[in-house]
Amino acid sequence: MTASGNSFKRPREVTFDRLHTFHGGLRLPGHREITANRPIGKVDIPPLLTIPLQQHIGNPGKCLVKPGDTVYKGQVLAEAPGRFSVPAHASSSGTVIAVEERLIPHPSGIKENCVVIETDGRDRGADQQQDAIDYLQIEPARLCELIQQAGIVGMGGAGFPTQIKLCSPKQHIELLLINAAECEPYISCDNRLLQERATEVVEGIRIMRHGVQPDACIIAIEDNMQAAEEALRAALDAVNETGITITRVPEIYPSGGERQLIRILTGREVPGQGYPADIGIVCQNVGTAAAVYHAVSKRQPLISRIVTVTGEGIAQPQNFECLLGTPVSQLVSAAGGYTKDVERLLIGGPMMGYAVQNDNIPVIKTTNCILAVSREEMPAPPPAQPCIRCAKCTDVCPADLLPQQLYWYASSNNYDAAQDYNLFDCIECGCCAYVCPSHIPLVQYYRHAKTEIWTQEAQKQAADIARRRHESRLSRLQRIKQQRADRMARKKQALAGDDGGKDAKKSAIQAALDRVKHKKEQTSSTPKNTDNLTAEQQRLIAEADVRRQQKQSGNNN
Amino acid sequence: MEFKTYSSPHLPVSGSVSVMMLRVLLALIPGTFCAFWIFGWGVLFNILIAAITALLAEAMVLKLRGRSALAGLLDGSALVTAVLLALALPPLTPWWIPVIGSLFAIVIAKQLYGGLGYNPFNPAMAGYVVLLISFPLELTLWSAPGAHPGFMDTLSLIMTGNLPAGQSLDAVTMATPMDSIKTRLGMSETLSEIHNSPLFGSFAGAGWEWINLWFLLGGLWLLQMKVIQWQIPAGMLGGLAVIAFIFYAVNPDIYSTPLFQLFSGAAMLGAFFIATDPVSASTTPRGRIYYGIGIGLLTYIIRTWGGYPDGVAFAVLLMNLAAPTIDYYTRPRVFGQGGGNTP
Ligand code: SF4
Ligand code: SF4
Repeated sequence: MTASGNSFKRPREVTFDRLHTFHGGLRLPGHREITANRPIGKVDIPPLLTIPLQQHIGNPGKCLVKPGDTVYKGQVLAEAPGRFSVPAHASSSGTVIAVEERLIPHPSGIKENCVVIETDGRDRGADQQQDAIDYLQIEPARLCELIQQAGIVGMGGAGFPTQIKLCSPKQHIELLLINAAECEPYISCDNRLLQERATEVVEGIRIMRHGVQPDACIIAIEDNMQAAEEALRAALDAVNETGITITRVPEIYPSGGERQLIRILTGREVPGQGYPADIGIVCQNVGTAAAVYHAVSKRQPLISRIVTVTGEGIAQPQNFECLLGTPVSQLVSAAGGYTKDVERLLIGGPMMGYAVQNDNIPVIKTTNCILAVSREEMPAPPPAQPCIRCAKCTDVCPADLLPQQLYWYASSNNYDAAQDYNLFDCIECGCCAYVCPSHIPLVQYYRHAKTEIWTQEAQKQAADIARRRHESRLSRLQRIKQQRADRMARKKQALAGDDGGKDAKKSAIQAALDRVKHKKEQTSSTPKNTDNLTAEQQRLIAEADVRRQQKQSGNNN
Repeated sequence: MEFKTYSSPHLPVSGSVSVMMLRVLLALIPGTFCAFWIFGWGVLFNILIAAITALLAEAMVLKLRGRSALAGLLDGSALVTAVLLALALPPLTPWWIPVIGSLFAIVIAKQLYGGLGYNPFNPAMAGYVVLLISFPLELTLWSAPGAHPGFMDTLSLIMTGNLPAGQSLDAVTMATPMDSIKTRLGMSETLSEIHNSPLFGSFAGAGWEWINLWFLLGGLWLLQMKVIQWQIPAGMLGGLAVIAFIFYAVNPDIYSTPLFQLFSGAAMLGAFFIATDPVSASTTPRGRIYYGIGIGLLTYIIRTWGGYPDGVAFAVLLMNLAAPTIDYYTRPRVFGQGGGNTP
């Protein structure tokens, strides 16, 4: 790879100009207009910031601060323990008052190790500023390092560390796909980001393109986001960028899902347990692109993000930019507080988001939406009825599964059959449950089944390890015993005398025969085809053994 | 502040079983009304008797099983079963025929197997076939199209088996077109001769053609409302038409036209309302097509060479048997599991 002036290679003749479709999916009511048309608001620096040490897939980092430490804005709080992780940063300046378990946004309402910072309101940065970099002048590998150091993870939801996607592929990447399709209802943070900061996004995309060196680069945008699309076009024109194209995709949930989007744009399917890079594609979200721009060009780590705060339970729905670690409650106050009929609080969208009990949780890198809804807006689900096998779920499943079969097996705890029906290819998009006329909470069953299977796996693995340890100890003891016996036998033979080479050969054969027999008795898992050997066959094997041994000792000399 | 938690997805659900069943009932109205027009009050009496029996039976069994009877009745599935069974019965059949049929359908074919969602056979057709086998005579009591007895006469005939003095049963009943084709082919008449009789209308059986047409319209509405999917009706009507065409092309003297087959007997009712009963049908997208084709072919075979007037009921039950196997062999290719890339 070169670091020369224009590092971008002209695209080869790979064109992605035809749209494809995926099976199933839903047209959902959008509910985005209110927030998509209002500017991104600002949220004050909160008095307390709660920053989980692990905000991403990967291992938690080692904490570098302790209570009482003063920290500056952008200071590393926990270092990344490896290539597959990213560090956590202080979002503002202040004093660390605790490093302890706190509630974090999670479907099961769990607690995680967090650094709690009492802010000083001065928002003081590091003493010496780091110089901005011209990304074209640096190696892609260094770029990835910068991105990792800035703590960037996929901001569309999954929170996969960005540098892994950008930098590890061994394959040649044909397409860098930028995901601007917000397919879940209510969410508009990417839409607003594009309308207001398209230039930053475009710069971020160019930086990532420099890192990935793809043949083509496409921004996929939903066909109902005209304003955002115009802003993007203007930003591309302003820098005379012709190597990035914009493609409109139909607004069908879940077209913004990575696998579905790739299918729409390229007609290719990411293998079930694989990654987009396996088929020559890297997919990144627009929010991530903006974060990359800040990380590389401005040398600022990821310490803030845009969050959509909306729903009928919110007085003034709007998008806000807030520091990571800001409590959800403060974000809601910034949006005018709750209305009186608020009933449910969701993190994420209404299809894949999760309900939380409590708003005293921090905003983290993947928090794209806070959705407070009223009872009328999303009434409690009606009681479930028996599955009538209408197959409406099958017709909408974007993963081409048979949800009613999965449900059947998951609800009867027949996990083997559920896996046979590809339970783990379910992306938990919720389409099936949405259309089910019997109101069966299908996704809940799938999630439960997956967790059960994982637990069983883990238990089995633990048991396996224990068994292997036990077995290897047994066989070691046996070996020692055998060796001792062998030694004794040899000694005896030496004492008994001088019968020469022929006898030695015979006894070696005998010893080999014994070993075979011994092995058979002792190993619990006998190799399959040695069970019913005749004496003749055993003798042949033993002779071969002897020959092999002789040959080996010959080779060693 | 404490919030309520539910599992995703959170958007309010989009439909319900009751609404589906209600739409099925609505879609049946035009065809039912046409049948009433042509065959008289008996059609409505059948529906009424079957419906009351079915609802009572369903409520009772649910009570015995310790379930909520009200919730069971409100899902509407028992009512749909009763109406479908009633529509298959001849209009002048005695009252106990729909009663027995309904009882069998609800108690044995549906609830004994575990209730809604667990019945391997279409309950309405199971009830019908039991009647057909046990009481073949009572199932031939079709009134003559357009010349049916009046309200009171029908009522008395159904309830007591008696007609007002001076009228005989033979005078008010008439064989169905399909029956008479069979009999008269047996007397070595050709189809073109048979078709000249007043039993035949413009393109199929007199009266029957219109009933079928209205059921077709109701079915298309169901398709449009997405209550049913296209695969089963298309498969069944397609299968029926193709095999009918092949034999008709070979010998038009003894094999009726595809059009006649499509618009006779329970063809349209079967394709859109009976074969599409979700519980007992195939559920995979490809499987539903095969399932439909199977019903179409079997219907033709039983109609043409079997001993019974119409083949839809038997065809549906036979394919019910095959549905689990069809499902097993037609599992869709899962996203990302190879072979799905379009260049
Ligand atoms: S949509 Fe619901 S009722 Fe219909 S087959 Fe699927 S799980 Fe069963
Ligand atoms: S949640 Fe799973 S099974 Fe249901 S539609 Fe989505 S991918 Fe298919």
